[in-house]
Amino acid sequence: MKELLSGNAAIARGAFESGVTVAAAYPGTPSTEILELFSSYPGIYAEWAPNEKVAMEVGIGASIAGARTLVAMKHVGVNVAADPLLTFAYTGVNGGVVLVSADDPGMHSSQNEQDNRYYAKFAKIPLLEPGDSQEAKDMIGIALDISEQFDTPVMLRTTTRVSHSQGFVEIGGPKSIAIRPYVKDAKKYLMVPAFARMRRALLEERLAKLKEYSEKSPLNAIEWRGRAIGIITSGISYQYVRESLPGASVLKLGLTNPLPEKLIRQFAGGVQKLIVVEELEPFVEDQVRSLGITVSGKDLLPDTGELNVQVIAGKFAEAGLLSPSEKAPVKADGLVTAAIPGRPPVLCPGCPHRGLFFALRKLKLIATGDIGCYTLSGLPPLEAMDSCICMGASIGTAHGFGKADPELGGRTVAVIGDSTFLHSGITGLLNMVYNKGAGTVVILDNSTTAMTGHQHHPGTGSTLMGEQAQAVDFEALVRALGVKRVRVIDPLDLGEITKALQEEVAAREPSVIICRRPCILLKRATADDVILVQTEKCRGCKACLRLGCPAISMKGKLAHVDPDACTGCGLCVQVCRDGALVKGGSANA
Amino acid sequence: MLKPVDLLMVGVGGQGTILASRVLAMAAQEAGYDIKVSEIHGMAQRGGSVVTQVRMGEKVYSPLVTESGADVVLAFEKLEGLRFLPFLKPGGIMIVNNHEIPPVPVLIGAAEYPPDILERVRTISPNTFVVDAFDIALKCGNPKAANIVLLGVLARNLPIEREIWEKALSARVPPKFLEVNRSAFAAGYEYK
Repeated sequence: MKELLSGNAAIARGAFESGVTVAAAYPGTPSTEILELFSSYPGIYAEWAPNEKVAMEVGIGASIAGARTLVAMKHVGVNVAADPLLTFAYTGVNGGVVLVSADDPGMHSSQNEQDNRYYAKFAKIPLLEPGDSQEAKDMIGIALDISEQFDTPVMLRTTTRVSHSQGFVEIGGPKSIAIRPYVKDAKKYLMVPAFARMRRALLEERLAKLKEYSEKSPLNAIEWRGRAIGIITSGISYQYVRESLPGASVLKLGLTNPLPEKLIRQFAGGVQKLIVVEELEPFVEDQVRSLGITVSGKDLLPDTGELNVQVIAGKFAEAGLLSPSEKAPVKADGLVTAAIPGRPPVLCPGCPHRGLFFALRKLKLIATGDIGCYTLSGLPPLEAMDSCICMGASIGTAHGFGKADPELGGRTVAVIGDSTFLHSGITGLLNMVYNKGAGTVVILDNSTTAMTGHQHHPGTGSTLMGEQAQAVDFEALVRALGVKRVRVIDPLDLGEITKALQEEVAAREPSVIICRRPCILLKRATADDVILVQTEKCRGCKACLRLGCPAISMKGKLAHVDPDACTGCGLCVQVCRDGALVKGGSANA
Repeated sequence: MLKPVDLLMVGVGGQGTILASRVLAMAAQEAGYDIKVSEIHGMAQRGGSVVTQVRMGEKVYSPLVTESGADVVLAFEKLEGLRFLPFLKPGGIMIVNNHEIPPVPVLIGAAEYPPDILERVRTISPNTFVVDAFDIALKCGNPKAANIVLLGVLARNLPIEREIWEKALSARVPPKFLEVNRSAFAAGYEYK
């Protein structure tokens, strides 16, 4: 039976069919659906860990205990998990382990586009690159077999277009894999220097064996066609090559670390011009060149952003490498596309984050930001965020501001979401207390991981498996870290927010303001809450527009509230100086 | 030999493009096509542009439609139709919902919602259907079925039998909304 599945759904299916019984992840686009979907299969356990490092460690434990294990994260998550990963490469596994790294070339939903294939080379572990959903499913099973055969974790690297494109997948039944017995083995699992040195030598032996495997694996295969051009490619790029250069010979690599040297030499010897087509970095190309083989690649193709059929065909045509039957598609020209306003993502109507950023802007405070929906407040019209680096960075960054320039630090506020704070904000706050910072930290507690689609976390009281759980007590947690000034406010009360910010920024010690209100998408407002415009009072001053609420616009010279979009949060009522905006309920009374 | 078809469904988060693309995918599978559907998630609920790329053929490799490569662009919102017009193949079919959702730069007065979208679209693409999908869906009993009205217009312009579409619709739409969606699909299919 064939089903249309996304790459992520196929990975979840592949894990289920291949006998994975434990899975851990932290949500992050484009990887999130893998665990969401895997958690719905019977007879397995899946969890959201508070961050990727913990997810990796849970996976390591489950593997040593004997279970087949899946760990999933977005590319930048592997940075967080790199510490356990690089030593797990030394210990090796008991039950097979596959780490899915979902990369995001083109940065559709990410802060950078790092090429995580280098992690596999760095950790000296096998790397698989599926090019569609069927391969994604199949390669999960192969990855687990390789993992157990060679005693190593395996990385499976997707990209956004593999994770989020749907294609037909042959559905199979689940394989029942017995849990392997756990055997105490300090020389394998206890990585103190003496034992680690022994495992270090084994690492090289294993890599040599994997190289032999890579030569013979059907994952790496030559497709002979015309011999004028030979393309080495992997992942999604294979699909683009098959359409833009249908006549070219192709060496399709599914296993890209370690590379099959002999197969590459054989292929190179059979074609007149050898070109590597890969997205982002010249990962394969540089290694081919280091074999002493003349090869082309990034001299032709961009090393930033995504590739596609058009880019490849265009660049090959420019270089005179396409025969007339393979010419690039005609570029659209003369189409009237000038003056099209953009449609950037924005904070939703009724978003509980909006009031805080309106107040931050009004008070002219510096806001070091973090990763989440609230990062959207850095865009017009709110423009209330100064920096965004990575998960948890806001607090350390604010502390650094204060240490470099106390005056500047006195105007700086760190802003971080609840899920992000639990991911990696706690240590930053601990540092601020310990090292005598005086920063103000705002935790935006909307009771969910909103940006990635509302996943649970240790503060929500529920688990990925749908069970009730202990919810962390944020107030008690930050007090335990040594913060004495802790207050909880309603982020829809502008007066309260403003007062809290002014007082806490002025305090010469660390303080935490918890803005607590659930994400508006979790709880819709009732219809009679919507805001009405009393047109006789509106002077058209546009103060309400500065909130950047998608429900508010100008109709003629007066404010207009879209009743279908408005949730009745009431922020605009507080911003209006003329009393022209009123809650529907009160106007009817 | 199945005629390959590339199409784009464009709109704004929450307009029902996902359901429409699921019905389409099922109909295409039933008709014997290989198919790839590509979506960019993540920002959809935050009011950003939403694009679903669909490619159908005997064998589909790339999941992405190229510029000037779409046989059909189905726009659930006018401005998004204009934005993705460069993807339409010369002589391709444009289906536009006659509906405006102003983006935030327009709401805050930083940009103007182009007043001449339909003229611009028609100038470039003579094969343009402008559909008042909300009014039609309202007449069918529920304005939320506007997406299925548009799917009906699309279905009429694709080489897949009507019976296959109706079967796919029944399989993908929850039973309690099926009747209104059936009449919405029919109204779209028979739209002139």
